[in-house]
Amino acid sequence: MDVDSAKVFAAAIAIGVGGLGPGLGIGILAAKAMEAIGRNPEAAGKVQVPMLIAMAFAEAIAIYALVVALIIKFI
Amino acid sequence: MADISLAAETVFHLGPLPVTNSLLTTWVVVALILLGTFILKRRVAERPGGFQNVVESVMEGGLGLMDSVTQDRKQTLKYFPFVFTLFIFIILGNWLGLLPGVGSIGFHEMHDGHEVFVPLFRGPAADLNFTLALAAISVVATQVIAVVTVGFMRHLKKYVNFKDPIMGFVGALEAISEFAKLISFSFRLFGNIFAGEVLLIVIGLIIPYVVPIPFLFLEIFVGFIQAFIFSVLTLVFLKIATTADSH
Repeated sequence: MDVDSAKVFAAAIAIGVGGLGPGLGIGILAAKAMEAIGRNPEAAGKVQVPMLIAMAFAEAIAIYALVVALIIKFI
Repeated sequence: MADISLAAETVFHLGPLPVTNSLLTTWVVVALILLGTFILKRRVAERPGGFQNVVESVMEGGLGLMDSVTQDRKQTLKYFPFVFTLFIFIILGNWLGLLPGVGSIGFHEMHDGHEVFVPLFRGPAADLNFTLALAAISVVATQVIAVVTVGFMRHLKKYVNFKDPIMGFVGALEAISEFAKLISFSFRLFGNIFAGEVLLIVIGLIIPYVVPIPFLFLEIFVGFIQAFIFSVLTLVFLKIATTADSH
């Protein structure tokens, strides 16, 4: 396999596999947050902001994978 | 194929310094913010109308949100200028990058033999230099504010601890995590906005009519969320750094 085809595969696999973990993480976060809100609807405002912050951390990992894929593709 | 370039392209030179299209757009954002500030300052009315009303309600919302993170009005007021400026700067930059003309109006250049399209404007956050600079400002400001608030020795004790081996290790990890914050701040913002730009370009290439609309909405939302996350995370780290931990 020459370098260019390997690069195409590498970029695809980088973002494909890299999106799994954060996707799961964000899903679990959201599920727990929904549970908390369901149990106590008045606390919805208090749950929202920390949930968003935690999602930002989880999403950052996916972004790292995306940047690696972009670097492989464009550099 | 569209010329999607990871790095922002240079459009002209100011003496020896290259000016990229992202830098140009950043200057436009700064000019807009200054314009808004001067307009507000000129006529500050007791009964606000229009523009002043909008700005006041946005500021109230921002203050309320910061209150929910810091739990302390004094701290909120102290950090508000810094955090809110970050928010306004980033969100204006992101939204300006979505306007028609940004990324599409430009000129053709010859680079190493083949012709490349160089857009005149580009979303500021789609340039890693911009996000890295903001991340550096955020992280360094957090450190400086922590030292000023808590005291140099106490702040240093969080990272360097010779008495207790476990806490010493934790301190070293915390020091490394400060650098990880730098990378994570910059790449989070850059990755989101650049990926959004690439997405819009690709969708525009495939089906230019009607289909880009939901993606544009997505990008508007992502622009807001990323600005929000950047400023809220800065605030959270500020709060953590300035609480004197009392074990």
